[in-house]
Amino acid sequence: MIRRAPVNLWIGGALVAMMTAIALLSLVWTPYDHTLLDIPAKFAAPSAEHWLGTDQLGRDVVSLLMAASVNSLTVAFVAVGLGGAIGTLLGLAASAWGGWVEAIVMRLVDLGFAFPALLFAIMLAAAFGPSLSNAILAIAFINIPVFARVARGAANQIWTRDFVLAGQAAGMGRAALTRDHILPNIAAPIIVQATIEFAVAILAEAALSYLGLGAQPPMPSWGRMLSEAQTLMYLAPELAIYPGLCIILAVLGFGLLGDGLRDVTDPRLARTRA
Amino acid sequence: MSALLDIQNVTRRYPRPRQRLLHRPEPLVALDNASLTLNAGETYGIVGESGSGKTTLARLVMGFEAPDNGRVLLGGEDLHALPEHILRQRRQTFQMVFQDPFGSLDPRRPVGWSVGQPLRATGQQPAPAQIAQTFERVGLSASDAERYPHEFSGGQRQRIAIARAIITKPRLLVADEAVSALDVSVRAQILNLLLDLQDEFGLAMLFVTHDLAVVANLCDHLLVLRNGRTVEQGPAQAILTNPQTDYTTMLLDAARVTPAGHSAPARTTT
Amino acid sequence: MIRASGITVRFGSHAALRDVSLQLDPGQRLGIVGESGSGKSMLGLTLMGMLPSSAKLDGQLHVDGQDMSTAADRQWRSLRARRVAMVFQEPASALNPLRRVGDTVMEPLRLHLRLDRKAAQQRMLELLDETGIQEPALKARQYPHELSGGQRQRVLIALALACDPALLIADEPTTALDAHVGLRITELLVRLARDRGMALVFISHDLAAVARTVDDVAVMYGGEVVERGPVAEVLRAPQHPYTQGLLAARPPLDAGQLRRRLPVVPGNVPAMADLPLGCRFAGRCHVELPRCAATRPSETSLSPGRSAACHHLPDPSI
Repeated sequence: MIRRAPVNLWIGGALVAMMTAIALLSLVWTPYDHTLLDIPAKFAAPSAEHWLGTDQLGRDVVSLLMAASVNSLTVAFVAVGLGGAIGTLLGLAASAWGGWVEAIVMRLVDLGFAFPALLFAIMLAAAFGPSLSNAILAIAFINIPVFARVARGAANQIWTRDFVLAGQAAGMGRAALTRDHILPNIAAPIIVQATIEFAVAILAEAALSYLGLGAQPPMPSWGRMLSEAQTLMYLAPELAIYPGLCIILAVLGFGLLGDGLRDVTDPRLARTRA
Repeated sequence: MSALLDIQNVTRRYPRPRQRLLHRPEPLVALDNASLTLNAGETYGIVGESGSGKTTLARLVMGFEAPDNGRVLLGGEDLHALPEHILRQRRQTFQMVFQDPFGSLDPRRPVGWSVGQPLRATGQQPAPAQIAQTFERVGLSASDAERYPHEFSGGQRQRIAIARAIITKPRLLVADEAVSALDVSVRAQILNLLLDLQDEFGLAMLFVTHDLAVVANLCDHLLVLRNGRTVEQGPAQAILTNPQTDYTTMLLDAARVTPAGHSAPARTTT
Repeated sequence: MIRASGITVRFGSHAALRDVSLQLDPGQRLGIVGESGSGKSMLGLTLMGMLPSSAKLDGQLHVDGQDMSTAADRQWRSLRARRVAMVFQEPASALNPLRRVGDTVMEPLRLHLRLDRKAAQQRMLELLDETGIQEPALKARQYPHELSGGQRQRVLIALALACDPALLIADEPTTALDAHVGLRITELLVRLARDRGMALVFISHDLAAVARTVDDVAVMYGGEVVERGPVAEVLRAPQHPYTQGLLAARPPLDAGQLRRRLPVVPGNVPAMADLPLGCRFAGRCHVELPRCAATRPSETSLSPGRSAACHHLPDPSI
């Protein structure tokens, strides 16, 4: 029996694909240079030249949003990649060696969960000055415990399977078993988690940039556009709405994609397809 | 000549979860003072129901866990006293076939990869010719090595698992319910294959099962376990033809194909 | 109790059951034996009207005197509630883990028989007692996880008996159980069928369990009944090459000769899509004739109640 791919997978996938395409496009083409100031044309209404109008400095809003999408996706990609890799390795190690290794890793994980990312970002900013790389580090940091926990849980299940025992009987060590059997078999839940964490990271980046702890001017960022528009809420509310919508769509897209991927890869559901 | 496998009075206990704060429950004795000796070319059948300790015994022999008391000597060496790296080298000499042939093969690897694993584990690169030869030895074709576990039937998968177990030419094969998941008509094929391999390599086999019918013409010796304790032990022939305990008799009754109304009323055992 | 003739169940173009006929009288115990993919479980589901919606059923099926060949779900439900009951393989998952087992058994008594709480409770305890559960009043208050596998299977049998069915279908009821527990369950089923005059269909891959439970047996292979008859006769003198192979492949228990190679049925049970069009056993058979793969053998009567479907049958040398 073949189940149809769930709706959330399609919608999420489409949103993510669109977002990625726009980000890639902005690397080679935007309607205007997003750093180009055109003060006389500030607060222009949407028109054929400026599809979504211009901001308080006369910059083209479409160009700004497009350029900012690159920033959001890059931050999410690097931060989730970094945090995910470290977290997954820790989780795998905890699962493979157990005992004190596991005890230490899991206590660190608890500590990580108890530690708000924002606080960490503020600490980093205080120590090294606010910057995008510090925001990335902060977001990566909150991802470590998430992935460590998911990886350990999934790995613990695989360790109980006979083929791992068979590998052990063949004379393989724990590291080799982890590399050959555990990691490939937990790839699905890790990828699902990464997609969901992508959404969280985009939101976190926006929040940090909004607070001035992330992207620094003139680098465009949805979060900073939002914070700049805040002071102009009564004058030009649409300037806050556009980046807000982008954030919502990006978060929704990755969230739905992650949910959809989980639905199709969850072994409890997959069994009905066998 | 010393025995290939010498299990000396092994006991294995598992702690039970605490139910009350100040009361530590008695541990569960999974295996109580079991002993056996097995020579090259012979087969020892370990028979028991769930909770009998038969799987614990197999896991002890495979070095997956250690006994609380007693020793497991393989070729004269105390298996559980060996350092980890030596044990891993020794694993070439004793291999295992698991109950569920689907579960014991990594679904994401071609089966040829799985069969070569015991060689790779000690740093040897398995030659394609050697993999092919092993596949053919267990009644499969060399081209099957490229395929994935889900492409095979249960019986074929068990042949693949056997191929993996014999590629290092081990001296001992532990078979844990190795044919229980198979259809009767396929089961006989696998049992015959094991007998052939035993003759060819002089393999010693430890055959763990809940079904006496499976081991009846395979085993030289039998050990009947119940709740971790040895119920009956000795030459298979003697036990099958003249069981000394009600429990063994009951197991025989359960395995025997006797039409209703033709059997003696089933004995009650508690 | 059951009159089935020419039952064919199709999934798309594949026949999971092909031209199966079956007759079961009240109080009779019939075994259905076969390996995986033989269609034995599909037959059980057909007799319960529980085929998946993608299945297409052809043929005549009368259960308990009613024509169920084209019965709607509603008609099946009324039959299932009172006249036909089923026991499944996995006693662990067939009971609601959050309900006391006594309440589970009481449910059909209240729902279908409209007993009041007191009468239902009384009846429930009788049922648990009848199925051999010690201290029924105590066990009724327990949850499934507090019972052993054998006790859970007894509870499920009690549940199946709640509305006094005239037919009980048991699909691999002993497979998940230990040998000594399975032995008791088959004893129980035989006793219940005898005492209640209830017909029993006992489906299993385990020849030993079937042999000690039933009077008559139907051997299935590839979605067809290949041989049937009184169980003692079929076991003593199997006529179909598949039945012969199945019996020969079992190691003899009294171990005449150690390390003897067992006679084998070559090959594997084919997938539904790969079954030969003629005799389903063609390609694995040791007495195969040229016509076997293309022409389907019809069931040949050998003696009253005894038949087999094989082209090779008239040959007295078998």
